[in-house]
Amino acid sequence: MGEPLIYEISRPGRQAVALPTCDVPQTPLPEGCIRDELPLPEVSEVDLVRHYVHLSHMNHAVDTGFYPLGSCTMKYNPKVNEAAARLPGFAALHPLQPPSSTQGAMALMYELQCMLAEIGGFAGVTLQPAAGAHGELTGVLIMRKYLHDQGETHRHVILVPDSAHGTNPATTSMSGLKVVEVPSDRRGNVDLAALKSLLDIHGPNLVGMMLTNPNTLGLFDEHITEVIRMVHDAGGLMYGDGANFNAILGIVKPGELGFDVLHYNLHKTFSTPHGGGGPGSGAVGVVEKLVDYLPGPIVVRQEAEGADIYQWHMPARSIGRVKAFHGNFGVLVRAYTYIRMLGAEGLRAVSENAVLNANYLQARLRGVYPIPHGDRTCMHEFVAQGIIKGAAEIRTLDIAKRLMDFGFHPPTVYFPLIVPEALMIEPTETESKETLDAFADALIQIADEARTNPELLKTAPHRAPLRRLDEVRAAKELILCYGGCAA
Amino acid sequence: MIYIPNTDADRAAMLATVGVATVEELFHDVPEAYRFPSLQLPPPLSEMEVLRELEALASENDDLHHLACFLGAGAYYHFVPSIVDFILQRSEFFTAYTPYQPEISQGTLQAHFEYQSMICALTGMEVANVSHYDGATATAEAVIMALQVTRGKRTKVVLSPTLHPQYRAVVRTYTQGMGLQLVGDGDPLAMESSAAEELAALASLVDGQTACLIFQNPDFLGRLYTPAEMQALAGQVHAAGALFVVAVDPISLGLFVPPGRYGADIVVGEGQALGNPISFGGPYLGFFAMKMADVRKSSGRIVGQTVDAEGRRGFVLTLSTREQHIRREKASSNICSNQALNALAAAIYMAAMGKHGLRTVAELCYHKAHYAADLIARLPGYQVLSGRPFFKEFVVRCPRPVSLINQALLEDYGILGGYDLGQDYPELSGHMLLCVTEMNTREEIEELAEALAEIAGRPQEVV
Repeated sequence: MGEPLIYEISRPGRQAVALPTCDVPQTPLPEGCIRDELPLPEVSEVDLVRHYVHLSHMNHAVDTGFYPLGSCTMKYNPKVNEAAARLPGFAALHPLQPPSSTQGAMALMYELQCMLAEIGGFAGVTLQPAAGAHGELTGVLIMRKYLHDQGETHRHVILVPDSAHGTNPATTSMSGLKVVEVPSDRRGNVDLAALKSLLDIHGPNLVGMMLTNPNTLGLFDEHITEVIRMVHDAGGLMYGDGANFNAILGIVKPGELGFDVLHYNLHKTFSTPHGGGGPGSGAVGVVEKLVDYLPGPIVVRQEAEGADIYQWHMPARSIGRVKAFHGNFGVLVRAYTYIRMLGAEGLRAVSENAVLNANYLQARLRGVYPIPHGDRTCMHEFVAQGIIKGAAEIRTLDIAKRLMDFGFHPPTVYFPLIVPEALMIEPTETESKETLDAFADALIQIADEARTNPELLKTAPHRAPLRRLDEVRAAKELILCYGGCAA
Repeated sequence: MIYIPNTDADRAAMLATVGVATVEELFHDVPEAYRFPSLQLPPPLSEMEVLRELEALASENDDLHHLACFLGAGAYYHFVPSIVDFILQRSEFFTAYTPYQPEISQGTLQAHFEYQSMICALTGMEVANVSHYDGATATAEAVIMALQVTRGKRTKVVLSPTLHPQYRAVVRTYTQGMGLQLVGDGDPLAMESSAAEELAALASLVDGQTACLIFQNPDFLGRLYTPAEMQALAGQVHAAGALFVVAVDPISLGLFVPPGRYGADIVVGEGQALGNPISFGGPYLGFFAMKMADVRKSSGRIVGQTVDAEGRRGFVLTLSTREQHIRREKASSNICSNQALNALAAAIYMAAMGKHGLRTVAELCYHKAHYAADLIARLPGYQVLSGRPFFKEFVVRCPRPVSLINQALLEDYGILGGYDLGQDYPELSGHMLLCVTEMNTREEIEELAEALAEIAGRPQEVV
């Protein structure tokens, strides 16, 4: 028996919160405006706590087990981050207070802007975007507006590799620009010959290229400087999708490689918790010529009478605000805490160990599952295939569901799209060798089971709170609300 | 190394398995000229040291635990019951990812299904998604959805001038590449006109090219429009074939008739007030509710009910064929991450308050705000603009520049004064938007009135 819905444990007359009685004279309520019903549940506090604790037991999370979800960087979330974000001097600040009363918070934001700029090799950073995709929109709008200001208003094409996250092409369309897809070569890089012919056609209309590097195959592009040079030669700008930054902290600065814009995923690389899908933070870094286009306000530091004063500043040619207020500040405090604790050496160790862990897992699984680019050194992740010799009916999905029985979250499945039956595995640096070995052993055992007892995989999971769910039925029946949306 | 369990011995064993001698060799694909740059960052700190540094930074701020807060304008200081953060901090919710694997994510999925259900109850709508980044981006996404619903053939959007100025700014940012015409918010406010005149003027901007009209109720100035007035506006918008989008304060819905009852097609808003700390502006959540008929034109994650292989009730992310990871360049929005944890906080808050608690919170805001307005209206030099009913915010014309009054309130009384409306509305220069919630005691309200009186009475050169 699953956990009842909150509405199903509701009983008239119960309430979980006591509120004060009104201590001021009452004013008549406006006529014709008052609602006659408010169908929220009525529950006691103990029932409410048990309800959510029961629900929590049905979740897999980083704190309950290994979560090798490719491209998502499910690393451990340090608890000191939570203590920091909950300090009343941060958590109880109004975003519109006079800056004189929030200098500490603004100093933190300023320092984080500087630290991210240093890590990425950029001249300026905005902390306003709320997530990676939000950072992408910010970056592409910056590129578009910059080119418009150069009189290049006809430019409307963005090149996107076929291995890209769906957010890249979606961002392009949302910005009013046209996507042209670039194929990958045999070794998983951007196909240079194809890029050249696409630039021959689209070069004059090029806004730029969006590139994730290392890419979603977990590979660092072997011709990265050449790709960037070609895009720049065509008059375009280079956008870096920082989803995979966990591989390159202190290893390489995208700004030095020639990227013009990049978003950081603070909720991936910089250890802030994912919270079941968010909040994130998609800070954006840019080179000098684009600093004036950042959304704002950003924080600037000025010296007055020997002291530092932090102020809000709207960049002169800003694309405008992308969000109310100043960004996901609580997430920023956590990321700041993480960077301050690790320092330069610690950040490089993060990437070194993330990459070592991924290569170790790749080495252990070579020969067990096909790894299309397994001949190369991977970065922080790699892509295997859920294809097992002698078990033709087994799919990646079956392997993923069976992994749950071993207490592991499955890898990202069926992405990137260019690898059939993809299993995208990102262990992160916060996992021990014992965990990696246990995971590899499980995958090896599953490959064996696939041949000897395929039904075990087909009907998995067996030990999860529920068996496989009927997603087709969900999309067909569309029960999206308790009581069936009888609004 | 902190947070990295690998020992030197582990690394040596792993490198041997990989078949390389050093970790550095793993990075041979990175061009040598750019490999291993130095990072100029402050030296690393232990947990004890970092907390000391952060506490010092935090203490440089005047936080709302030590001020009497009368500032709102889109971010609100409401009471958050202890249970909310207690549940939120459970690792199983906190450190989970997007529930793409439903069999081991039922906790998040069911909690989000319940969130959707309670947002529907609150707004009077049929469907809600599991949140956008904040109220402003939810409003921009409503515009994009309205373009979809009207089949991309309409290119005009009408923005009420009393829609939150930052929401209007974000709509402009989002749509700058879409070739739209945004109208309605350029002219000075006609503060003296009646609601009917004002709404008629707005409705006259809606034509056959209009995809939607966005109205905030209570509006940015705190003024409440009656369901009858809203219904009339909705009728005019619909007559032109456009969508009626309403931005709303969720706490106000504890008391007032919801937009779903007066013709709204999409209801959006800032959900922060529902159990989320004010946190210097984020993370918050944008709630987004709509009609069932339009759900396939919407963006953002949605949870649906289904069954597992044994027929047991369960929940999954559904309608994902709308989203970027499937539709790529054909998706109408690029949204991927949402504000899942903030939505969970909102759900816990709504369930904890329940139907009676939320109404009580709304009534406390209403009565206290009116008490404050009554006191301030009697002060020499101040005038409360109160031609309309209001909820928890109201406009006060001040005898001195708002920034000077606020500075005196903060420095001399520990009071965080209202929002300076002249920043966004030149015609409201010298006007302050004050906000009163259940957090403000009668003593605080009376002290505010006394402080305002004292400051107004100061000689010109002292303020």
